[in-house]
Amino acid sequence: MPEWKELVRRQLAELRLTPEREAEIAEELAQHAEDRYKELKLSGVSDAEALRLALNEVLDQKAMASGLRDVERTDVPEPVVLGAGAQGHFLSGVGQDLRYGIRTLRKNAGFSAIAILALAIGIGANTAIFSVVNGVLLQPLAYPDSARLVNIYETGADFSHSSVAYPNYLDWRRESHSFSDMGAYRNDDFNLTGSGHPERVSGEYVTASLFPVLGVTLPLGRAFRPEEDRPGTGCTVMLSYNFWQGRFGAERTILGKTLTLNAMNCVVIGVLPASLSATAQAYLPIEQWTGAGLRTRESHPGLRVVGRLRLGMSIQAARGEMEAIAKGLAQQYPATNASNSAAVVPMKDDMVGNVRPVLLLLVGAAGFVLIIACANVANLLLARSAARKREFAIRAALGAERWRVVRQLLTESVLLSLGGAAVGLPLAQWGTTLLVAAAPATLPRSGEVGIDVYVLLFTLAVSLVTGILFGLAPAMHSAKTNPQESLKEGTRGAGGGRHRTEGIFVALETCLAVILLAGSALMIQSVWRLLQVNPGFTVSHILTMQVALSPKAMASPVGIRTALQQLVQRVEMLPGVQAAALTSLLPLGDSDSEIDFWLGNGPQPGPERIKTVVFYVVSPDYPAVMQIPLLRGRVLTERDNLSSTPVALIDDVMARQIFPGVDPIGRQISLIALGTVQIVGVVGHVKQWGLGSDDTNKIRSQVYFPLLQIPDKFMSSGVTALTLALRSKGEPLSFVPSVRAAVAGPADDQPVYAVQAMKDVISGSLAGRRFMMFVLIVFASVALLLAAVGIYGVMSYAVTRRTNELGVRSALGASPWQIVGLVLRQGMGLAGAGLIVGLAASVMLTRFMGSLLYGVGAGDPLTLVAVTVVLGVVAMLACVLPAKRASAVDPVVALRCE
Amino acid sequence: MFNQAMSPEWKKGSAELLLLSLIESVPRHGYEIGKLIEQRSQGALRFHAASLYPLLYRLEKRGWVQGKWVEKAGQRRRRYYNLTAQGRKVLAAQRKGWESFVLAISRVTGAENA
Repeated sequence: MPEWKELVRRQLAELRLTPEREAEIAEELAQHAEDRYKELKLSGVSDAEALRLALNEVLDQKAMASGLRDVERTDVPEPVVLGAGAQGHFLSGVGQDLRYGIRTLRKNAGFSAIAILALAIGIGANTAIFSVVNGVLLQPLAYPDSARLVNIYETGADFSHSSVAYPNYLDWRRESHSFSDMGAYRNDDFNLTGSGHPERVSGEYVTASLFPVLGVTLPLGRAFRPEEDRPGTGCTVMLSYNFWQGRFGAERTILGKTLTLNAMNCVVIGVLPASLSATAQAYLPIEQWTGAGLRTRESHPGLRVVGRLRLGMSIQAARGEMEAIAKGLAQQYPATNASNSAAVVPMKDDMVGNVRPVLLLLVGAAGFVLIIACANVANLLLARSAARKREFAIRAALGAERWRVVRQLLTESVLLSLGGAAVGLPLAQWGTTLLVAAAPATLPRSGEVGIDVYVLLFTLAVSLVTGILFGLAPAMHSAKTNPQESLKEGTRGAGGGRHRTEGIFVALETCLAVILLAGSALMIQSVWRLLQVNPGFTVSHILTMQVALSPKAMASPVGIRTALQQLVQRVEMLPGVQAAALTSLLPLGDSDSEIDFWLGNGPQPGPERIKTVVFYVVSPDYPAVMQIPLLRGRVLTERDNLSSTPVALIDDVMARQIFPGVDPIGRQISLIALGTVQIVGVVGHVKQWGLGSDDTNKIRSQVYFPLLQIPDKFMSSGVTALTLALRSKGEPLSFVPSVRAAVAGPADDQPVYAVQAMKDVISGSLAGRRFMMFVLIVFASVALLLAAVGIYGVMSYAVTRRTNELGVRSALGASPWQIVGLVLRQGMGLAGAGLIVGLAASVMLTRFMGSLLYGVGAGDPLTLVAVTVVLGVVAMLACVLPAKRASAVDPVVALRCE
Repeated sequence: MFNQAMSPEWKKGSAELLLLSLIESVPRHGYEIGKLIEQRSQGALRFHAASLYPLLYRLEKRGWVQGKWVEKAGQRRRRYYNLTAQGRKVLAAQRKGWESFVLAISRVTGAENA
């Protein structure tokens, strides 16, 4: 017997009744047709004829439609069936699409929830990464007209961007015309005394022109006047906003008060705005700096120069002018400036240029996660479109245009992706906080990272594009449906293309997951290999901290020496401390220190015979504390002081480079400004520049100079940033309180700061790579999970679809194992295709990780094997359940369905 | 459709009355109504589903009849129509009108023939 109701329904469709009304009428008319058919049969009419007559009567389409239209139309609501009434404006009916879409998604809550969750992960990850990119790379710096700000460096034979000698800066500023003005600053720390406990504050010496150049507006007070930035004038100080708030309770009466910094009485004249992204707490005019390095062109005391380009001045022109000025200085001062020039770099590029490749890499990785999520949702939609085949067919039969069906489906997928964005935003907020917290301290502008209107716009754009991206394939498929085919009961056809698309999506997901896996595997290997690198000293049980002497001790060179010796002695006497020493420079930290030297004890030769080495000023026990091995000669002792011959230790790299095939012990070298020293020992090389990058640094030779032999004139400037290093018997950080007390001394006026265990210094030096590893592992795991879900989904659907076939197979004698094999082969085939393409792509793409990798190459076979194994296992697991279900198909049940 | 003897116009005018009277005393479903019209008119009047149901719905909408789904054992549910109070008044009025109309007609036509 025919399915009356369906036949009647089709006739009614064009009337656009409410679904309830349509169902009611269809049922009634179907009943009528059936009654008529039965009656005709009873009266002896043949089956075919009875069917024809009954149908003709009830389904006299024109008469029925016109009859019903007259009755029913008056209260017919706005038609919700797609494809009708779409004449006129292209956007007409969008509201309708939306209403219908929301209803459809709500009806399939489970499906919608899964799709939205997958999209939320993808969109959330991208939003989080974008908020970092936005804050760090895209947003202009927080200064007015910041595009005109540039950093100006000196360049030399060994350095492309070196800090500037103060006299050079003065000449640059005087001679150049490309800039409206220049300013300069150098970081330093000040001892704040006189108001309770001594305190170490981070500070900067700045030229009076610096803040006008940057264009900062002060919330309180004023900036330095030019006359305050001259030697011999009374000291004035400016405070950072946070310091003013935190230390001085935001008191406006702070202006005019006097702070004692480095034993100088400085009058507070202004507070800097909170937007100034600097870490310093107090700012002094640079001419207040008494360091000997300020006045010489030999010395590059960490001075950084900032310029503001004149309006309309191009950076190229400014560069040309600066190079010309530097050339003039080189001729005028050949001894110091012969090989030097000047480099002009946009301030923002300079600040963030280093992290750009890393951040772009993360953008790529997050993009992959999103594509995988999209592919998964597209597959879900494809599977669901099978269930909705009939719906689309009826619409098509009613004359809905194809693009209109596509538009409806795209509306639904955009709704899904907007839902994903709504859920993804809180995820992103959380992710952004996590990223900034996990980001290495070297990430510039991390304080400016947050979710702002640009991020929201980005998320909106991404979700719209995403919605269209993953919706397009299913929509095109659905729109292609042939209504006649689909309306037939029990048709299984029209699916071939869809299954092919599903397969492609799964392979794509797998491929992208493989790339992310390979990337994270390479990062894991790099970090692991770096941790195996011998830094040249023993890392464990070393505690380090910066120390500052009391203003009283700083009064004379003799006082400084005595105070330093006593400080070390006090620390060494602490129980549990094996050895303690002072050094001007710690390995693997952020700071560096170099000195020029030449062989022998003659006068300074031409620049071609001058070489640069890493320069450590240390107390005698430093090699013992660090356990840097002595290879030849002797170590330093207390007797290497001002009354004995100046000596130095060199490392074995220098021994090999400078004295190849010769014993360096007893040889002389001349250190610029310090004079001739005799080499008394060779120690092992220390990875000063970083566990991974030290080997490739231009300057690797190292010289250790005794602290006690620093001449009087350099004594006060030489000890501004000394680090105390000690070797302890237990956990180094547990010694902090006792060491702090020992350093503070009887008068309790010598602060310690920047306290770190050496092992944390090492891990800090790997922070960038660790961060990348962490993010990639997270992304790769999510990718792997989504890909596994994708494979699982497609395989279970395939098994359901093939129930009959599997039933026939097992009825014909296929063993469960053969059935399992069949399913596994199909699933692993898809995964395998993705794997192969993914491996090839990862070899190409992971090359962009170049500088982050250490000890492994992009095509590292071990990595590729590991990725293959991991992916293979996961894909296998994803196939096992569907395969098990397939093997359990009961042939009788399967065939009864036919 | 109508038999040749009866013109469609006539049927249109009388259809509402026919339907209403058939369900006056007992609720009936659409097929039964159609069947009864055909039987009682001895085949002279026949309503196809395509005109019967739209008419029923129209009457229902006017509030003269009311359809109700009724399930009986062993059968699919069917929609039974009965008269509403308003429908009863309408039926009475229509019946009266029809009777006076028929009377008037027969007077005119019968007088000539008689």
